Amino acid sequence: MSTRKLVVIGAGMASGRALEHLFEAAAGEWDVTLFNAEPRGNYNRIMLSPVLSGEKSYSEIVIHDDDWYAQHGVTCRFGEQVLRIDTEAKVVEGENGHVPYDKLLIATGSSPVIIPLPGHDLDGVIAYRDLEDTNRMIDTAKPGAKAVIIGGGLLGLEAAAGLRLRGMDVSVVHLNGHLMERQLDESAGFLLRKSLESRGIDIYCGANSREILGQDGKVRALVLDDGTELPCDLLVMAVGIRPNITLAKASGIATGRGIHVDDQMVTSHADILSVGECIEHDGAVFGLVAPLYDQAKVVAQTLLGEDATFVPKQLSTKLKVTGCDLFSAGDFADGEGREDIVFRDPGRGVYKRLVIEAGRLIGAVMYGDTSDSNWFFGLIRDNTDIEEMRETLIFGPAYQGSASLDPLSAVAALPREAEICGCNGVCKGTIADAIQGGATDLGAVRAQTKASASCGTCTGLVEQLLQVSLGDAFQMPTAQPICACCDLSHEDVRRLIRSQELKSQDAVWQELGWKTRNGCHVCRPAVNFYLLADWPLEYRDDPQSRFVNERKHANIQKDGTFSVVPRMWGGITNPAELRAIADAADKYNVPTVKVTGGQRIDLLGVKGEDLPHIWADLNKAGLVSGHAYSKGLRTVKTCVGTDHCRFGTQDSTGLGIKLEKILWGSWTPHKVKLAVSGCPRNCAEATCKDVGIISVDSGYQVSVGGAAGMDVKETERLGDVATEQEAIDLSVAFIQLYRENAKYLDRPYKWVAKVGLDWVKERVVDDLGERARLIVAFDLSQSIYRKDPWAEHVQSAQAFQPVADLTLEAAE
Amino acid sequence: MSWIDICDVTDIPLRGARKIKTALGCVALFRTETEEVFAVTDSCPHKNGPLSEGIVHGQSVTCPLHNWVFDLNTGQASAEDAQIETHGVRLEAGRVLLDAGKLRARSAA
Ligand code: SRM
Ligand SMILES: Cc1cc2nc3c(=O)[nH]c(=O)nc-3n(C[C@H](O)[C@H](O)[C@H](O)COP(=O)(O)OP(=O)(O)OC[C@H]3O[C@@H](n4cnc5c(N)ncnc54)[C@H](O)[C@@H]3O)c2cc1C
Ligand code: SF4
Ligand code: FES
Repeated sequence: MSTRKLVVIGAGMASGRALEHLFEAAAGEWDVTLFNAEPRGNYNRIMLSPVLSGEKSYSEIVIHDDDWYAQHGVTCRFGEQVLRIDTEAKVVEGENGHVPYDKLLIATGSSPVIIPLPGHDLDGVIAYRDLEDTNRMIDTAKPGAKAVIIGGGLLGLEAAAGLRLRGMDVSVVHLNGHLMERQLDESAGFLLRKSLESRGIDIYCGANSREILGQDGKVRALVLDDGTELPCDLLVMAVGIRPNITLAKASGIATGRGIHVDDQMVTSHADILSVGECIEHDGAVFGLVAPLYDQAKVVAQTLLGEDATFVPKQLSTKLKVTGCDLFSAGDFADGEGREDIVFRDPGRGVYKRLVIEAGRLIGAVMYGDTSDSNWFFGLIRDNTDIEEMRETLIFGPAYQGSASLDPLSAVAALPREAEICGCNGVCKGTIADAIQGGATDLGAVRAQTKASASCGTCTGLVEQLLQVSLGDAFQMPTAQPICACCDLSHEDVRRLIRSQELKSQDAVWQELGWKTRNGCHVCRPAVNFYLLADWPLEYRDDPQSRFVNERKHANIQKDGTFSVVPRMWGGITNPAELRAIADAADKYNVPTVKVTGGQRIDLLGVKGEDLPHIWADLNKAGLVSGHAYSKGLRTVKTCVGTDHCRFGTQDSTGLGIKLEKILWGSWTPHKVKLAVSGCPRNCAEATCKDVGIISVDSGYQVSVGGAAGMDVKETERLGDVATEQEAIDLSVAFIQLYRENAKYLDRPYKWVAKVGLDWVKERVVDDLGERARLIVAFDLSQSIYRKDPWAEHVQSAQAFQPVADLTLEAAE
Repeated sequence: MSWIDICDVTDIPLRGARKIKTALGCVALFRTETEEVFAVTDSCPHKNGPLSEGIVHGQSVTCPLHNWVFDLNTGQASAEDAQIETHGVRLEAGRVLLDAGKLRARSAA
């Protein structure tokens, strides 16, 4: 067979896809040499953001590995740049030598734009384009280090979110008045901004950069036009890309913004083709993979001598930042003869806007709920007449025709031509055919159709299609299993423990198909908690399923000693208690006595053997365990309140003590901290606690879901009540609801974020019957657990000693 | 072999451990759910965590400080390149007997 020589410059996503098509149709006909300036082959550049955030590793995003290239006889010249093309002699010149070609494919992609600000060449100023850039960011991203991103578009925001997840302090500087202005309107831009700010990312819109300051050759800060100085250890410029045409231009190939190609992807030279972000077609350049993949198909067909034409299609955009669901497509600028349909749900942070012109949908922007985006995108692309469904259009496909809200029926209702995977242009029909043909799981559908194989945001839809087509034969993937011991998520285990009335660990292992004898250190503490929370009378807490601190009722230190923290109700103590603590510290040679952040005293460095004795001594003075070690009630911080303070409106100290006396000893999914302040000056810092109460003249503001540890978050108002009793009731009911529903090791703020504050309010505030039930359930559980574990363990002091002492024996 | 009578098996909590003091450091004595007993050094090779305070699951223990998991049969850590010393131990009529061979051999040396 006569093989022809194809040289490819650039091993990116576009040329990679072209080669796949080529080898599929004509294996062995081409002898391919592949140059790539990056020292590696084709990988999924889109997925650099998950690599940056730590959600994926580089090996997971490789598209073509060494085996693939070997299998198709590709001569790889990775890490080698092409310097010149001799279009007369038909030879390309790489850094390490010449290669002749029959056909040449230029796929050099694009380069990031670097604004030539003073200081742009300092160490620590980088772009965001390839694995090297990503690794540079990962290496710099120490918690507490600072990053500034210039550019609030898709790339800049993905970089910002990734760096924030790695613990950096991140600021985004954006020239326009709102984020992602090319894809979003102002309202959606505002919601996006709010959501990013709530993750701790600082955003400066309408901000122009003036210069970059350095120190010893390293970046130190960015200065804005208005003089603001943003200190940084890393500065990422994500302000756009420019087609990479230097090589083509220098070789005499026609270029404009990009390399000029015709509908067949042929350049001004008949034997030279081009594909990807480096081209200009009909005046347009490209920056998303979907059109590149269409081009790749066309270029392969042209090489094969087939007729094919590249037709640009409508594009849509999604942002790959977990928790920021946005979608935009088409044209959404205001204009003569255009009408808007807008839907907002401020509570859920949802915004949808449709732009209609002459009875057709021409643009859509959505934020917060993008589940129907593919359907809207289909309407735009197919130029569908929407007059008939105008009234209900904004509510999505589920409202059209049958009134069912089932997401599956929405997918089922999609026409065969509806596009499911935007990146790869895969429509529902193609996927349905693959499923009929035996592709019965996500992996198989991906392998056969490429659907959901690029950016992954359509994975849910592909799964729903599998479910619709296969019914029970397809197992919707459950949420993350607890650990390798079982296949169920925390939520499912909780649900099944209740519905199947599983009341012992053994019943759980057996009925829920545990794969290990009795779990492991990850699942067993969780299961132990679920059982005791749901069956307080039937199940007893199992100390052997608890981490050392909860089993020993003390915090283990790094040297194996323990810390002892007695309870000080509401932060109140007295000379007798202080004397007992001082005596104990003396008697047991406690090296450190410290006032904690929770308004009490910590005795640090107590030997394990001494624990029951020091407890016995403290017990004698009336001091009990402060549970400073437990996933349970920790502290109720208070301020001095009406007793002493000239601003106090209610007895905050008294209420704090009452709450602590009611709640102490209870086990919860994670620790629980409360605070009660006597007025809105909030000296007890109530607004960053799991439950925080602020006293006001008219009563009490009860708020929940604050955080001040690894995340910092202000509480949200659960309700305002007039009496102390109601404040106590709301607090107790909230904590019981949390005990009954949260995933083990989710603090209340995480749990509330999952179920929604409205859901909580319905049960704790609005439904008085449910509130009463929660309080009774809590009291029942407390009838068993509200007691001092120290006093109990004093009885079994023996267990804290070594079971045998062989030191004498061995010395003999 | 030099077996030393240590304690009643019930002195060790089910799915739990007790420690034995020796001249060569502490030894952790484990009792699993199915009445097996094991003995290993009571010190984690990572940062000396007291393994006798760990969670016992199957025939493994998880170190209480940073969650390294050790197979009690072999002393091998499951995801780390580390191993702890194991000691012979057996059950006889409800009594736990420890083979102090290694402990003696080393202290004699
Ligand atoms: C003793 C104390 C520090 C102090 O000297 O003040 C302390 C000490 C520890 N804290 Fe804390 N925290 C202490 C107040 C706090 C506070 C401030 C507060 O309560 O007002 C916070 C922030 C508020 C919050 O909880 O959100 C706090 C947030 C944390 C966190 C992060 C929790 C989170 O959800 O983000 C951890 C880690 C964890 O629990 O997983 C933690 C974990 C720990 C542990 C238990 C670490 C461990 O697992 O061994 C520390 C034990 C030290 C020891 O060896 O004894 N500690 N810790 C404070 C005891 C308060 C008390 O009287 O009980
Ligand atoms: C972080 C990030 C996130 C993204 N997210 C999305 C997304 O969600 N959705 C989406 O559709 N798109 C996304 N994109 C864009 C998408 O990755 C690009 O459109 C696509 O990778 C471009 O493919 P290409 O083959 O044209 O160019 P590239 O993949 O850039 O490949 C070009 C290759 O040519 C090499 N090269 C250049 N000049 C030479 C030379 N002279 N000699 C040898 N080799 C040379 C380069 O080193 C490079 O490896 C994202 C991009 C980035 C960086
Ligand atoms: S902040 Fe808390 S967990 Fe961290 S070292 Fe201090 S006491 Fe320990
Ligand atoms: S000391 Fe055992 S895991 Fe760190």
